[in-house]
Amino acid sequence: MALTLEEQTGRDQVRRNWWLSLPALVILMVAAIGPLIVVLVYSFLTPGEYGNVEWKFSTEGWMSVFVTKDIFDETWKLADAHMTIFWRSVKLSLLTTALTLVVGFPTAWFIATRPARAKALWLFLITIPFWTNLLIRTFAINQIIRNEGLLNTMLLKLGVISAPLQITYTDTAVLIGMVYVYLPLMVLPLFASIDRFDMRLLEAGYDLYASRAQVLRRVILPLVKPGIVAGSILVFIPCLGAYVTPRILGGGKLMMIGNFIELQFGQGRNWPLGAAISILLLIVVTIALLFYVRAINGENRDA
Amino acid sequence: MSKHFGQGEAVVKALDDVSVAIRQGEFFTLLGPSGCGKTTLLRMIAGFESPTSGEIRLNGEPITHLPPNKRPVNTVFQSYALFPHLSVAQNIAFGLQMLGKPKAEVEARVQKMLALVRLEQLAGRKVSQMSGGQQQRVALARALAPQPKVLLLDEPLSALDLKLRKEMQSELKRLQRETGITFIFVTHDQEEALTMSDRIAVMSAGRIQQMGTPREIYTQPVNRFVAGFIGETNFLPAEVKDGQAALPGGVTIPVMARDGRATLAVRPELLRIVAAGTPGALPATVADAVYFGTDSHVHARLSDGAEVVVRVQSVAEGASIPAAGSAVGLAIAPGALQVLED
Amino acid sequence: MRDRAFSVTGLPGFATIAVAVFVLLYLPIVTLVVYSFNAGASPSVWEGFSLHWYALAWANDQVKDAAMVSLIVASFAAAISTAVATMAALGTTRQKAFRGQTLIYVMINQPLMVPEIVTAVALLLVFAVVRQWTGYTGLGYLILAHSAFCIPFAYLPIRARLESMDLTLETAAADLYASRWQAFRRVTLPLLAPAIAAGAMLAFVISLDDVVITEFVKAPGQDTLPTYMLGQLRRAMNPDVNAISAMLLAVTLVLLSLFYLMTRKRD
Repeated sequence: MALTLEEQTGRDQVRRNWWLSLPALVILMVAAIGPLIVVLVYSFLTPGEYGNVEWKFSTEGWMSVFVTKDIFDETWKLADAHMTIFWRSVKLSLLTTALTLVVGFPTAWFIATRPARAKALWLFLITIPFWTNLLIRTFAINQIIRNEGLLNTMLLKLGVISAPLQITYTDTAVLIGMVYVYLPLMVLPLFASIDRFDMRLLEAGYDLYASRAQVLRRVILPLVKPGIVAGSILVFIPCLGAYVTPRILGGGKLMMIGNFIELQFGQGRNWPLGAAISILLLIVVTIALLFYVRAINGENRDA
Repeated sequence: MSKHFGQGEAVVKALDDVSVAIRQGEFFTLLGPSGCGKTTLLRMIAGFESPTSGEIRLNGEPITHLPPNKRPVNTVFQSYALFPHLSVAQNIAFGLQMLGKPKAEVEARVQKMLALVRLEQLAGRKVSQMSGGQQQRVALARALAPQPKVLLLDEPLSALDLKLRKEMQSELKRLQRETGITFIFVTHDQEEALTMSDRIAVMSAGRIQQMGTPREIYTQPVNRFVAGFIGETNFLPAEVKDGQAALPGGVTIPVMARDGRATLAVRPELLRIVAAGTPGALPATVADAVYFGTDSHVHARLSDGAEVVVRVQSVAEGASIPAAGSAVGLAIAPGALQVLED
Repeated sequence: MRDRAFSVTGLPGFATIAVAVFVLLYLPIVTLVVYSFNAGASPSVWEGFSLHWYALAWANDQVKDAAMVSLIVASFAAAISTAVATMAALGTTRQKAFRGQTLIYVMINQPLMVPEIVTAVALLLVFAVVRQWTGYTGLGYLILAHSAFCIPFAYLPIRARLESMDLTLETAAADLYASRWQAFRRVTLPLLAPAIAAGAMLAFVISLDDVVITEFVKAPGQDTLPTYMLGQLRRAMNPDVNAISAMLLAVTLVLLSLFYLMTRKRD
């Protein structure tokens, strides 16, 4: 059947779009998406003796994510060491999210309620750290909290403490570092949400006898909730996959999932296990992202 | 009471020594062009702005230093400012809940308010799904629900189309009668102000130019601004001597004014076209006539070149509108001339 | 007595927290830059101004090599990712939605969604095999990996610009006898140029800053500045890392400011 001219140009257009997008898609396929499939495949192979894999199907990689085989009696037990690392990752990520939210919300509110020109400046000030090297920022915070760093030196000088506080190489250090590093990720979506919020609703709230706390709880928070959800997820995701910050501030002992994955491809020499944890992390992150998309869409619908 | 914005040299006097006493239960309108200070005054009464100097009293009690959430005053916002995350009923209940009213009372009151604004069917609706007129009613119900001493309305009808606006005007009057609450209404629409208000304060440049009933404001404007802002007016420059105003064409009319130059105002409907040469009538030449249906506006030129407008009622037989270029006389109705302060 | 006006948008304590946040956000970075000029090695005791650490970093061949690798990789990655992102942006904006469009979006934004560490090990696995097959061990792997994760960053400003662009301009060009290619070359491309430059800059910054993926993909001797610094951190503290950080920071800051100026001009 012959196509009408319009249908024909429509098809040409779509074909043209695909050709234009193709180079980008090829690069992404080769160096981003394709390799993930390889990881999935590796997670079902048998670990090789000196790293690498043997090309034999096995679920051992996935099994050993959660359980370990006792070397003496060959019974399966919950992999306590793995669970500790997972739990630390989740705990630190949740704490980081909560802390960034608590300080990020007032910050975003402050920026959004400045006059237009000042607002642009404050916003720029929050975006600079957002774009600067994560390593440098981790390094900078490390310089402050290390034993001979500025914080301890000051506290010693002031006589508040008599010996330096050991902050680095503790969970607290990793937490401080992640809050510091990921705070802009919380502030930016919160700002976007608050900036759209119709400030005249506050007048309506106060006019109707609401106190400051009531206005915050009953008017502001329900309306900027999508921003809160978005910011929380945007912080939670990179925290869960964090690698640089725990490596520097945790000193290699206090691992998070990211470091644990690295370990399996290095000294651990259990590639299928590392691959399985990577896929697991990917799944968790994808689920979180789906919530993120829902929050964003919710916001657009209301606006 | 005064309100200044800015500091030092750059002070903008949004309100300059304004003093108003509003009576309980009256429909009081602040009328003026945008930027005249009427909204600033309203926002000060609501508590969103504080006066640079002066005081606000409610039933004799000073409320100047009360935050808005402590004032028994509610506002119908120009943008309505309805809470988009709450339903119609929840919006109306908001103020009552903030006042800590018991649940049963809140519900009863919300029902009553819904009935008052005729929205019983839409209680569960989201406000975003409503038309402009409906949102307007919700905003009214929400502001009236806590039974404020004073209801402030900030150009609430400006977003509505003409037909809906007329409807809401009578609706507002009805609500005010039924509730007996003092309404302070801000508008820039003179017709709206005239038809709805018990009293009007005409504002300009941060000052109240004139305060009075609609009839007083219309028939006895005190200055050029009021006369020009409300309705159409002809301004006639005149020379006053011994209580007699000399008008163009050698006509003199007795007025209550000091000697010297004065501006006289006369409404177009208080002028009448008569035969040229009629004693006491201003000699004029017809320039042009515009037909408006209920009446025609005849533009005539006086002997000194000034143009005046005469409104001629349409009558069954068809009013006789003189042709352009014909010489006529303009008779001024007794008492129609107003002497304006400058 | 005059009390403070009731501030509708104010919430108690918020401004204080916000200002404290800004101070704490900048304090470590500023401290780092300041102490990179310290004569001594301490990160907290000031021993006088000196460019000692900069001189030391400058004289270090490893640093020079790493800087070179960083520059090469970032330049190639920025050029490649911007080129393909521009094409993709032209193919995915300003027309009727077509089947597969969402798929293209998802694929382009994929690097933003997958944790870096996962992509890093995935590339480690794949490139290990490829290295073995081909025997090629050059910078190509790094450039390819960087190009991939820079694509969404280059794509974003270009797409935003295209979407706000007036379609009638191209219609007008066509009306004035321009062929499709001429319309693109003479109208669309010049209008798009600032956004393309902005995208390239962003891609450059992102590539320059990458640690995790580079750390896993690089062959021995292919350190970039960030991976070199990471390696140094594992050992004892080296204040010359401060100096390198400060310099990288300066480059980022300059490029970012340029980016802002470029994307702002249109309003």
